[in-house]
Amino acid sequence: MAAICVPIAAAAASPLLAWRGPVYILAGFAGMIALGLVLVQPLLIGGYLPGLSAYRGRRAHHWIGGALVVALVVHVGGLWITSPPDMIDALSFSSPTPFSPWGVTAMWAIFAVAILAALRRRLGLRARTWRVVHMPLAVVIVAGSVVHCMLVEGTMETVSKAALCALVLGATIKVMADLRVWRKRPTSRGESIVRQ
Amino acid sequence: MTAVLLNRRYLLAAGGSVLATGAAGLLLPARAEGLAPTETMSGGANNYRKGAPIVDRIGKGGFWMSGTVRRAGDGAPLAGQRIQIWAHTTEGQEQEPQSHGATLTDKNGAFRLEMPQIIPIFGQPHGHLAYDSGEFKTVFLRPVMRSAKDTSLEAHFVLQPA
Repeated sequence: MAAICVPIAAAAASPLLAWRGPVYILAGFAGMIALGLVLVQPLLIGGYLPGLSAYRGRRAHHWIGGALVVALVVHVGGLWITSPPDMIDALSFSSPTPFSPWGVTAMWAIFAVAILAALRRRLGLRARTWRVVHMPLAVVIVAGSVVHCMLVEGTMETVSKAALCALVLGATIKVMADLRVWRKRPTSRGESIVRQ
Repeated sequence: MTAVLLNRRYLLAAGGSVLATGAAGLLLPARAEGLAPTETMSGGANNYRKGAPIVDRIGKGGFWMSGTVRRAGDGAPLAGQRIQIWAHTTEGQEQEPQSHGATLTDKNGAFRLEMPQIIPIFGQPHGHLAYDSGEFKTVFLRPVMRSAKDTSLEAHFVLQPA
């Protein structure tokens, strides 16, 4: 948790905050919280957080996914209120800032995962199909978020920001390696997916 | 005063026009290709407020925005051209009226306006400049500071007739 709290605390001490409005500040911190949640997600699903059973970890993963969508909506909505033309540029991929397309791509990937997760049962997606859909999107989310965050020059302090980004990358690579997500194998829910 | 502008965009533009001149020169040896006009930068017009007043200084100052205005083709300096400047500074956000001001170019086509310190906004420390007076085609620029600690920034216009 220190990995998430330290960068946010460091950003809270940024002198830039003095010249920003409350909505813009809120939008910035919502973005940092979103990145923190992106770190929590692989930790939960990999079972790396002590005291959480696999079942509870997966339940938490769903709720945190929802919280991530909320944080993202606050981030983008707050930036929209702060400067609509800059946000229109970003969302239409015509922004002069190199970090914008990374963030916007990650945003769409998060929305896609959230919508598919909500509809998963209704669509009757099997575990393997879900995995085939979710894993590439998860890679897009992590890569997009990390590059977006590193290229932004804002209130986050450089070293703590880089450390958080490194942890996000590390956790994602570790959980994907540990669970061998690219292999066909029975899932933790015991569904057989070896039919081919 | 001669301001020499060397950046990648300019070199690409200059290189391109040299190539174009070279190719055209074989066919039309008498034709002179000149200085290419500055293109409006993406995002340059964001939070623009038309008709910013000409001021001696924006707010309390402490930061210098400067540049030149020249004519496309022959590169002649353009005197008396109104350049509008705005940015997110220590004294206000981009869209607020007190963040906007304008100045005129001198006889060498140079302008220089003191304004409050620019600070990073939307992920980059940057300023906005506009030429929007009608005689030449409108151009919006959005230069980015190398470091947020810089206390000056330059932007250069090459204008073509409207």
